[in-house]
Amino acid sequence: MSDTEYTSGGPQPQSDELPVGTAGPLVDPPPPAPTNAVEGSSTWSLLDRLGLAFCWFLGLLFCAIAAAIVIYLLIKGVQYLKPSMLVTPAASGFSEGESGGFSDAFIGTLILGVMSLSLALPTGVAIAVWLVEYGRPKALARVTEMTVEAIAGIPSVVFALFGTVIFSSTALGFLSRSNEGVVFGRSFFAAASMLSLEALPLIVASTREGLNAIPRHVREASYGVGKTKAATTRRILLPTCRPQIATGAMLGLGRIIGDTAIIVILLGATQNFSPVEGAPWPLDYLRGAGTTLTNFVYEASPTGNLNQPDKAYAAAVVLLLIVLLLNAGTDIIHRRARKAGTWSQ
Amino acid sequence: MTRQNLNAPPPIRRLDPQDPTPAQTAPEHGATFVAAKRSIAAPQFSIRRMEVDKVSIHYGAKEAVKSVSLPIRQGEVLGLIGPSGCGKTTLLRSLNRLTELTAAAKLTGSIRLDDVDIRLIEPTLLRRRVTMVFQQPNPFPMSIFDNIAYVLREQGSRRMKKKVLAPQVHSALQRAGLFEEVKDNLDHPALKLSGGQQQRLCIARALAAEPEVLLLDEPCSALDPQSTAVIEDLIVKLRDDVAIVIVTHNLQQAYRIADHVAFMYLGDLVEYNSATRLFNEPAQDRTREYVSGAFG
Repeated sequence: MSDTEYTSGGPQPQSDELPVGTAGPLVDPPPPAPTNAVEGSSTWSLLDRLGLAFCWFLGLLFCAIAAAIVIYLLIKGVQYLKPSMLVTPAASGFSEGESGGFSDAFIGTLILGVMSLSLALPTGVAIAVWLVEYGRPKALARVTEMTVEAIAGIPSVVFALFGTVIFSSTALGFLSRSNEGVVFGRSFFAAASMLSLEALPLIVASTREGLNAIPRHVREASYGVGKTKAATTRRILLPTCRPQIATGAMLGLGRIIGDTAIIVILLGATQNFSPVEGAPWPLDYLRGAGTTLTNFVYEASPTGNLNQPDKAYAAAVVLLLIVLLLNAGTDIIHRRARKAGTWSQ
Repeated sequence: MTRQNLNAPPPIRRLDPQDPTPAQTAPEHGATFVAAKRSIAAPQFSIRRMEVDKVSIHYGAKEAVKSVSLPIRQGEVLGLIGPSGCGKTTLLRSLNRLTELTAAAKLTGSIRLDDVDIRLIEPTLLRRRVTMVFQQPNPFPMSIFDNIAYVLREQGSRRMKKKVLAPQVHSALQRAGLFEEVKDNLDHPALKLSGGQQQRLCIARALAAEPEVLLLDEPCSALDPQSTAVIEDLIVKLRDDVAIVIVTHNLQQAYRIADHVAFMYLGDLVEYNSATRLFNEPAQDRTREYVSGAFG
């Protein structure tokens, strides 16, 4: 059957391209020759193209800045970093050779990270679960939400000041050094509890995000085979949003180990641990003052009291490596979750 | 071809009024409405398991279901059809008290399971006796084995070793016709199965609780025709072991696999009849219009 059988009787246009609006053959025009062209920006308006270029530029700029910081710190820091610094406590001395390392600051950072997170993580996850899965009465949920948001906005120095008031009270004297009824109010306990407030909103926010991303029918599938809300939360919901919880914990931990105001005001920011005599281990250390890497970097920098910039770089690179390690850990959790798959919407 | 040609708008093509292949004229109302073939034989037996008695469900001021009475029998498949928003899914969800999760929903009338009012049965127990499969395949994000084991284990417990549970897990997968396909990969993540397999896993999960009634809420609407056929065969096979209620938008599907069909419209039960009667000689005008596609 030839093509002409399907055409109308009118005059046939001769060219390949039909004039718009005329009756033409009902056969498809010959397909365009295949090209490798994908939908490109060449047809966009100038403004759109400039916008796209700007986005590219900013993205690359951001990568460049991050890379510059990491590379610069690695080069500088690795040059000065000696493994012995991680095991030698700081000492008083005139030259960099005499002043020891920063083991107390390093261990102090780890202690504070663990203590604060073990306070903030369960609390934050519990608040998020209550908000998303229960959240009744509505007014109370709204107040909780606003409180968490408010905490997120409070500067850490305000927390620190508030902490001194609380932890200097005689009732809480067992959490820090106290002498004849006078409570010192500066200890790992005090700093960790206030730092956990810094991390809390981040954990709540990302856990809520994770819970909200789980479709309602998945919860109902679990209720639908006779599971209680508690069992569903424990076995389905929380394991499913493990990546988001990890992200929240990571961000929170970043805040915790990056803070200085609370360290100075609530941890005492001494160069070494100052355990409380007579208390059983490890409470003697936790009740005493101490320091962290961020504070050490500040003190060792040219503006600080110690003025030993080489060690400041070395400590900074350790701090950086801790953060990169945490990031890698979160990434592994995310990748594992992706392997398990997700629901189609 | 040059770039200019590619970017130019395609020419408008008009159809010739004297096209030699005219469209088929639609059949008149009253002709056989459904062209599907029934894949279900007459029931061998039928035992009344559930009884819906003058059930009305309100969401605030809105009445989603209006005084509906229906029997649900083992040995038969009951199809619920009707346009969107007619209350069929609400009715289905009320059968295992899932509607109670929506605080605003209020139910009057009574639903009885083996002559016991379901409001007297503890909800978690009831939901193990009347299980549900949803529109979207929703396996839990764990292994195929654990998806079934989750149902068999007590509430939040992780106790009971794999070895102990294995026979029950295998038999649930076998009943859902999935075992042969996944027996070597029981540790694989369930969400990596194909859509049809995921839905059969959900059916296996619902069967693992050894229910008396199985509720299916448009179980094939997210699936391709082949997976749909597999699941339809499965439903037909299961009807002797468990009473089945299926909500569907697909009239052909209802005709193929349901023994009795209930047509709902705006919360009312318009007509309840055997599938062949309801589709071929509907008693109500509304039913006639709906099954012939006059509205939907």
